[in-house]
Amino acid sequence: MIKIRKGVPLIDQHDKDFLYGGKFGGNFIPETLKKPIDDLASLFSKLRKDKKFIEERNHYFKTYIGVPTPFIKLENLTNYLGGAQIYAKVVSEANGGAHKIYNATVHCLIAKKAGKKFIVGDTGAGYAGKMLSMAAKKFDLKCKIFMGAKDIKRQRPNVEAIKKNGAEIVPVYTGSQTLVDAVSECMRYWVSNCDTTHMCVGSTVGPNIFIKICAYSTAQISRELFKQVMEEFGKIPNKLKLINCVGGGSSAAGFWNEFMDTHAEFIGVEAGGPKNSKLHAAPLTNGSKIGILHGAAQYVIQDKEGQIGLTDSISAGLDYPGISPLHCFLKDAKRAKYTSATDEDALKAYKLVSELENISPSLEPSHAFSEAIRIAPRLKSSEVIIVNSCGDSLKDKDIIKQKLGSYVR
Amino acid sequence: MKSKINLAFEICKKEKRPALITYTVAGDNTKNNSLKILNTISKHADIVELGFPHNTPIADGGQIQGSSHRALKNGIKLKDVFQIVKKFKKSKPNKPLILMGYYNLIYQYGEINFLKSCKNSGVDGLIIVDLPYPENKDFSKKCKKKSINFIQLLSPTTSKDRVKKIIKDSHDMIYYISMLSTTGGKLKVSPKNILKNYNKIKKINTKKNLVIGFGITDKTIKSLKSANGLVVGSMLCKTITNSIKKRQNPVTKLDKLVYNLKRKIL
Repeated sequence: MIKIRKGVPLIDQHDKDFLYGGKFGGNFIPETLKKPIDDLASLFSKLRKDKKFIEERNHYFKTYIGVPTPFIKLENLTNYLGGAQIYAKVVSEANGGAHKIYNATVHCLIAKKAGKKFIVGDTGAGYAGKMLSMAAKKFDLKCKIFMGAKDIKRQRPNVEAIKKNGAEIVPVYTGSQTLVDAVSECMRYWVSNCDTTHMCVGSTVGPNIFIKICAYSTAQISRELFKQVMEEFGKIPNKLKLINCVGGGSSAAGFWNEFMDTHAEFIGVEAGGPKNSKLHAAPLTNGSKIGILHGAAQYVIQDKEGQIGLTDSISAGLDYPGISPLHCFLKDAKRAKYTSATDEDALKAYKLVSELENISPSLEPSHAFSEAIRIAPRLKSSEVIIVNSCGDSLKDKDIIKQKLGSYVR
Repeated sequence: MKSKINLAFEICKKEKRPALITYTVAGDNTKNNSLKILNTISKHADIVELGFPHNTPIADGGQIQGSSHRALKNGIKLKDVFQIVKKFKKSKPNKPLILMGYYNLIYQYGEINFLKSCKNSGVDGLIIVDLPYPENKDFSKKCKKKSINFIQLLSPTTSKDRVKKIIKDSHDMIYYISMLSTTGGKLKVSPKNILKNYNKIKKINTKKNLVIGFGITDKTIKSLKSANGLVVGSMLCKTITNSIKKRQNPVTKLDKLVYNLKRKIL
């Protein structure tokens, strides 16, 4: 049985081979990337202990990202469902409209420290790309974003934002033309340009250092939330569930981080894909086997031979065959539970939440809301559910209009 | 007993030329053709590399991605790859063959099982793109036990200390990546500079067979011929792609290409 060491940050729970629980993560990378990754790892380990850097980070988090993001009670939804008290951490209020801004900002700060002038990143839903292009502009870095051709079509508003920020979008036409291919192509680009260019991986996936930097950045979410929960309840409620969608797993890792050593329950919601379809993006829920994807060992959708499998989800941000090694670790340590919601469930949840409440979650957190809506009626009113509303629906307006007939915020 | 890979290098050294090493993908453009290609080009090549395709290759450029894609579309499986090797080895038992690919396929097949199949089919060496040193220590030991060469990679970013350690842990052949690039990139470093780096590494242990790969074509191969061996891959894959487009026979096209490559380094 895998155990979580108390008092040790989640990102540091790995062994000397950078494996979490002895089997997830690692650095399965081409030789060319060994040195740039080692350099980045040693720079990051220095910076995270450096008071000045932390001050700088906090400064930009406050003045640029606009932390803390609101923590609100969803009174109408709570009354409508008649069970647990439902709250939302409205991370979509952060500058740019999603949690991806934390990772993007920290990567830009690190790129500056490393003396790099160019930064590249991957994106699925377009939020990671949008935020990286925003932050790159802010910190005066030249930016390239790799994005699957299918995602470019379905996440138009974010594509336009990326272009407006002056970044170059590189469409990726290989494979399924979604996030998995964007990450591969971005890594290939880095293999060829690692001497001049910094790479930002958009989620808690990839070689170990990228998992670390990303979860370190998104941990801001739970740092704030912990305080907000204490203010609201005076303690951690006896029965508390923290529900978050998981694709790569960056927002969930950040949402749960500070609660790791508490009794709060964690529920991760993967993308179940279209109802009645065999395709999905839920490797944890559906018992996928461990494999290597993008430099890390993880549960990953694949065939018997080890070819990475196709996925399908209405939510581009969750449409990824793998999952962060951190979540594989949390699953096997039985610290978090994982389930999935279908495209239809997510749309229904989106509709209900935006009708009843003043927030408009994107299709990614709508997966998490779907689970909250499903379980809340069965819970006592003394129980508390908090959902991470980690993205704004604006980027999904085309899809929502097409599926539901209209898009009203 | 000396390995076939070592013997191939010895012959080349006697003839005062580098070993010509080719790379093609198993199952490209069909299972049969990839075997025919191996049989034909091995008339000119000293060592043949055969790729077992993966659909998420993070270190390969467009040409090899294209070949892998065609092969996978043809339904190529590892058992087919081993069949191709077996048949090839039946007709050319002394020609060294190196399998090259990504670790996940081996991981799913099981390391021990994979090495058994390698041994049974006659594989002489392995290059695993995403299993670097020191993560590969354990697997490379298992290879050695089975007398299969585990081929370590070095790149321009590899630090001197690391180079020394890797060479110490290497078997009969070491692969130097010419530049920061995926496979098939345009040669962006001058051959002179590549050889300068190459010679620095070579000096550390002159006995090891050190070959250069990435970005080598018929245009650049001659300028690098002082190396122990030169790998040409993407150009072969590109030639297959072009011959399919033009409805020509890829086997004869590759025969000609590899013959010409060989002539340039004699």
